[in-house]
Amino acid sequence: MAYPADYQYTKQHEWVSVKGDTAIFGITDYAQHELGDVVFAELPKPGAKITAGKSFGTVESVKAVSEIYAPVSGEVLEANAELQATPEKINSDPHGSAWLIKVRLSDPAELKTLMDAKAYEAFIAEAGKEASA
Amino acid sequence: MGSVNSPAITVLRKTPLNALHRGLGAKMVNFGGWDMPVEYPASGGLVAEHKAVRASVGVFDVSHMGDIRIRTGNTPGGALSAVQHISMNDASKLAIGQAQYSAMLYPEGTFVDDVIVHRLGPDDFLLVINAGTREKDIHWVRENTKNADCVVEDLSDSYTQLAIQGPRAEDVLRRLTDADLPSVRNYWFTHGTVCQLADTLMARTGYTGEDGFEIYVPSDRVTSERVWNAVLDAGREFGMIPCGLGARNTLRLEAKMALYEHEISDRIDVWEAGLDRYCKIEKPEFIGRDSLLKKKARDVTRTLVGLEMVERGVARDGYCCCNEAGETVGVITSGSPSPTLGKNIALAYLPPSMAAVGTAVYVEIRGQKARAQVVSTPFYKRPRKQSANRSDAPLASN
Repeated sequence: MAYPADYQYTKQHEWVSVKGDTAIFGITDYAQHELGDVVFAELPKPGAKITAGKSFGTVESVKAVSEIYAPVSGEVLEANAELQATPEKINSDPHGSAWLIKVRLSDPAELKTLMDAKAYEAFIAEAGKEASA
Repeated sequence: MGSVNSPAITVLRKTPLNALHRGLGAKMVNFGGWDMPVEYPASGGLVAEHKAVRASVGVFDVSHMGDIRIRTGNTPGGALSAVQHISMNDASKLAIGQAQYSAMLYPEGTFVDDVIVHRLGPDDFLLVINAGTREKDIHWVRENTKNADCVVEDLSDSYTQLAIQGPRAEDVLRRLTDADLPSVRNYWFTHGTVCQLADTLMARTGYTGEDGFEIYVPSDRVTSERVWNAVLDAGREFGMIPCGLGARNTLRLEAKMALYEHEISDRIDVWEAGLDRYCKIEKPEFIGRDSLLKKKARDVTRTLVGLEMVERGVARDGYCCCNEAGETVGVITSGSPSPTLGKNIALAYLPPSMAAVGTAVYVEIRGQKARAQVVSTPFYKRPRKQSANRSDAPLASN
């Protein structure tokens, strides 16, 4: 699966898509692949404040539960309600319809710390090499 | 996303099929020091693998399991007396060609490991043991059979072990062997030619709660890969797919089969684990018997129960269990979403007073208490085979 060129990425395998002062967060295809069959996503409610680098929710698969970390700080505007009924969309469409939350950014300067698609692809290629070494 | 699997810090051991798994795009994990496939995303992943085994058939590489052969030296009965001394079930009851679930115990009545004991001959036994406890087990067997006239051989690296599991397992294996498989009953085994390999051990055993066979073939890579591929080819028409340790775990959990360091360990005894029916306390002697006899007179303080989540959340291994009052009363040993039941299930050690079906239990999931209830186990029991003779079925009364 291609990593959208207009998204930005974290080393913890989250993505951010920014429009003006709002952003959409999700987890990457690499992350969903590592997790396997997703059964549940626990997401914050609108109004919740989230902090860059801190956990804002969890994604649970049959095998394991994993924290999701905020790429940047802000206030939650909306959580993706569709994922309650169809969490498996995180496996099938992680970069699109299975976005997790919409956030109003409180410090857009934090975006500079994130990777672009090219850098992220290089990062996971390196991770893959380590795993098979 | 937080890391799911901790990075490997030691050199991992590999089964002869390691390269093949990687070629299939399997996701690999460190399981007890072994680099093992946890799931095969290309053929659908964990849930698809689980469902294939329940509905039809799947194949697992379980070559990481260990194998110990115990044969008699010069004195007839030497091997039998050795096996009787180190295992809790009664191996003297085994016919040649029969196997039994058993365990090796510490003097305290706690678990060295659980094992399947196969009787190959009057004085010839094969013990199949867990991967993570291989060295410990082999050392334990050698140390504790010194007084018996027997020869202990570690054959763990001699076999590639494949588990063909599911209601169509017999149909698949029948295409690869001349052996009379329908006559091999559950927990019995036979020898025959499989994929041109003479005298291959085929046991009707498994760790999935389904019908199935475990076959033991020479561990060289060429043979191992040839047999694996032949099994998959033979299974194609039944929708057979390769299955990883992830599905193996959810399958065995639904069937309430114990996993070492989870439901059984060196800190849990036989009575607590509820494995009484495999422990023949009437046997005159075996390691652990004296302690178990003394403990039997007292009541256990914890017992293994099945839980089903009522509120949202998955109870995972190690999570705390509380009672209504919020007091910690026990711990989860294994927990997962159940692909067959569509519910979140778990096994837990709880006080016997809380073991009754329907009892409310609260599981602490990341700081929140989620309600669960005690349910009867196993969570899943395979349907009995339809009798060929329909007159065996009870008649409807109206």
